[in-house]
Amino acid sequence: MLHYLEQDLKSGTPASRTLIENVSRRSFLGGALTVSGFVMAINVAPAGAREALKSYPTGAAGMPHGVITDPKIFIAISDKGDVTIVTHRSEMGTGIRTSLPLVVADEMEADWTRVKIDQAPGDEPKYGNQDTDGSRSMRHFIQPMRQCGAAMRQMLEAAAAAKWNCDIGQCKAQLHEVVNTESGEKLGYGELAQAAMSLPVPALETLKFKSQDEFRYMRKGEAKIYDLHDITTGKAIYGADIRLPGMKYAVMARPPVVGGKIKSVNSEATKKVPGVEGVFEFAGPDAPPYKFAPVGGVAVVANSTFAALKGREALEVEWDHGANAVYDTETYTKAMYETAKKPGKVIRNQGDVDKAFAEAKDTFVGEYHQAHMAQAPMEPLVAVARIVDGKVEVWAPVQSPFGARKDIAEALKIPIENVTVHVTLLGGGFGRKSKWDWMIEAVHISQKIGGAPVKLQWSREDDIQHSFYHTTSVERIEMAIDAKGKVTGWRHRSVAPSIVSTFAPDSGYQFNIEYGMGFADMPFEIANVRCENGEAKAHARIGWFRSVSNLPRAFAVQSAVAELAHKLGRDPKDMLLELLGSDRVIDPKAAGFPEDFWNYGEPYPEFPINVARLKGVVNLAAEKAGWGKTLPAGEGLGIAVHRAFASYVAMVVHVKIDKDGTIRVPEVTAAVDCGFYVNPERIRSQMEGAAVMGMSAAAYSAITFKGGAVEQSNYADFQVATMANFPQKVSVHIVEPKEGHHAGGIGEPGVPPFAPAFANAIFAASGQRLRSMPMGDKIKV
Amino acid sequence: MTVKITVNGRAEAVEAELDTPLLWVIRDELGLTGTKFGCGVAQCGACTVFVNGQPRRSCVTPIGTIPDADITTIEGVSDKVAKAVQAAWTEIDVPQCGYCQSGQIMSAIALLSEIDKPSDRDIDLAMNGNVCRCCTYHRIRAAIHDASKRMEG
Ligand code: FES
Ligand code: FES
Repeated sequence: MLHYLEQDLKSGTPASRTLIENVSRRSFLGGALTVSGFVMAINVAPAGAREALKSYPTGAAGMPHGVITDPKIFIAISDKGDVTIVTHRSEMGTGIRTSLPLVVADEMEADWTRVKIDQAPGDEPKYGNQDTDGSRSMRHFIQPMRQCGAAMRQMLEAAAAAKWNCDIGQCKAQLHEVVNTESGEKLGYGELAQAAMSLPVPALETLKFKSQDEFRYMRKGEAKIYDLHDITTGKAIYGADIRLPGMKYAVMARPPVVGGKIKSVNSEATKKVPGVEGVFEFAGPDAPPYKFAPVGGVAVVANSTFAALKGREALEVEWDHGANAVYDTETYTKAMYETAKKPGKVIRNQGDVDKAFAEAKDTFVGEYHQAHMAQAPMEPLVAVARIVDGKVEVWAPVQSPFGARKDIAEALKIPIENVTVHVTLLGGGFGRKSKWDWMIEAVHISQKIGGAPVKLQWSREDDIQHSFYHTTSVERIEMAIDAKGKVTGWRHRSVAPSIVSTFAPDSGYQFNIEYGMGFADMPFEIANVRCENGEAKAHARIGWFRSVSNLPRAFAVQSAVAELAHKLGRDPKDMLLELLGSDRVIDPKAAGFPEDFWNYGEPYPEFPINVARLKGVVNLAAEKAGWGKTLPAGEGLGIAVHRAFASYVAMVVHVKIDKDGTIRVPEVTAAVDCGFYVNPERIRSQMEGAAVMGMSAAAYSAITFKGGAVEQSNYADFQVATMANFPQKVSVHIVEPKEGHHAGGIGEPGVPPFAPAFANAIFAASGQRLRSMPMGDKIKV
Repeated sequence: MTVKITVNGRAEAVEAELDTPLLWVIRDELGLTGTKFGCGVAQCGACTVFVNGQPRRSCVTPIGTIPDADITTIEGVSDKVAKAVQAAWTEIDVPQCGYCQSGQIMSAIALLSEIDKPSDRDIDLAMNGNVCRCCTYHRIRAAIHDASKRMEG
């Protein structure tokens, strides 16, 4: 996300269209310092490939440091035959730390039970892009990881051929050994390790990939997540679990209003708290944009977390709240509704919308609102930092370790080589941990105490009150309807403070990434379409939350469809299918998409908007949920579909309203078409989680501001779904991919369809239409 | 102050202010990091441990209020119920990020030690103080039923 933004701001060209050159950095092999990484534009077809994998370009080429496909970077085999596979993406619950190495292991015919996984530190020139964000890991790295695995398999086979002095054609890698198909002799991977690892890496063109029927682990869903045993026994290591000798503990008091400054500090009482060893003041950034800079404040360093927390409680700080003290959610929300009533900046224009509305027989207007949210991952932010001889070392649960490393080097004005960022397991991320403000704080505190190791712990209150928030928004949808009940015009106005404001002077307008998320890419077959963006200036740090702007857009668009169905006396699913229209791949030009249309960073021809796939998941979810079945009074079904991160998800939500008005969800039926997939088991778990997190957003979670400060502080007032009320059952149906349907994202696309399907089901069950998120979990009875 | 407690069968004499929550004693002083910090105010359950056999939120349990207590953390659970729960968690692949799971497992053990065949409702009631932001609730429920079956054998 950040990367795209920076690139867009700099060049004004859409990142998705920038393909990096085919740069080979590899000239020699063998020397310890040789960089044998092979940065490539992955639209080079492996000409000699006998099997399956037809190489295709992805947005990975447009990411910083692209992809690396050198098996020697990612795979090591010991003399005993133990295979170590490096994973360079961060594990925050999606299972990627298991799923990508699984791809390597499968392609190289390794025995999964003999594979160890190593977490890479932040080093993108070595490993390729590490920004674990935007549901990109599988989408971008399935090909490079298959290449690594296939190359290593061929190196092992070549090593065996040399040993047996036979033709390589009769050497076949098979579950951790190479078999001589003529003689029946076998050599284990351990025995071949040294010889294989010293061979040159075969060129991409000579790689032979496994065909689908040869897959051992991919698409089977039988491998457990790698850290399962450690997690269930309390041994897994997250950020806060790092302990260094002599380590100090720190917490910080931060300005309650972003951009606020310290007026005065009285730390006398703090210094008397047993265990407190130091109090340090930090100035925040001078003026916006704040980017990922720490907001400043007062750090309390102590000999235990609790002493630091108590010391912070005893602090007396007076703040100068600054310009953002005007931020008041109630007033701001009203203003957004007003703005949405007026024409805005035109982002997409197709046909003649004004004419369509002028000639309309009838019109529909729906206004949909969403509050800010915090990501609130279960593990609050935490980092351990130390500085030894000018060399900084940080351990943190971070989604983008190289981005953090770069900024830490910059903050300290030291060369990047002097900064190491170790990645622990992440106790959830959801976008919060792709901003590394807290890591810079930890390093600054270590600097104040002579480089001694220090653990900076954020409390839950810190997390809720100093996030980079999911934006708040009003989405207004208007439809022109002709005499036959056909929709002839679509006008969508989006008003929301933008992520851009965190990185550049705030124009009050959004940018192509936000426009690309369910707004400008609206897929309905309607002749006249206009998408407009109304001004909304930010007064808080706006960031991204799992699925970003897709959340409010899917809510608005898919609620509006069901509302229209009701108005016209139609079935909501039929209405949805009718609006989606004919099976087609949308032509962005003909549809009036913006010039710089953002397709999740992916090249459009490879990852187009395929309406047949949208309809496919709608039909599948409807069929599996028994759409149309008769339900008792007080129950209802709602349906919604959304494409995000190059994947398609439809959900049918079944709602049942208790006598006291409590909204229950007995079942969610999800149909997902994410193209080529690897680990169905983790896809299911992501969809289950997305449905429940979708319910958190739909029913419970809101961050509100008063006087510029966040009003919520912990899970008591920033509510999330718990076992007290959550979707009781989530059945997930995965579409078998067709040829050319490349791996799409899976971490985020499950979230957006929940809220509208939920709202539509509430309407079906009760006749009440809820248009503002969070909707609460009770209706008036 | 020195407070004597037993943790996972080991006698410990901890130096701590009496108002120090048990959570920070376990994590910072004893270095047992399986017990997690999630909210600090008894709203998430990530810090659940057993104090004299009863599940407690260690983040709001001052060490001074539990002298001589017998404490079990996720690292120390080992009875039949615990084994069944851990096996069920593994079989059903419950965790996503895993951060909440120590607390979930402790609460599940507590539940199954009380009620060996809990209903869905028993489970929801016993577990709704344990937040999972990755939202693994379906699998938690399934795993508790599975553990319950394992305990029969
Ligand atoms: S940390 Fe104790 S309940 Fe949340
Ligand atoms: S598994 Fe991530 S919080 Fe529960």
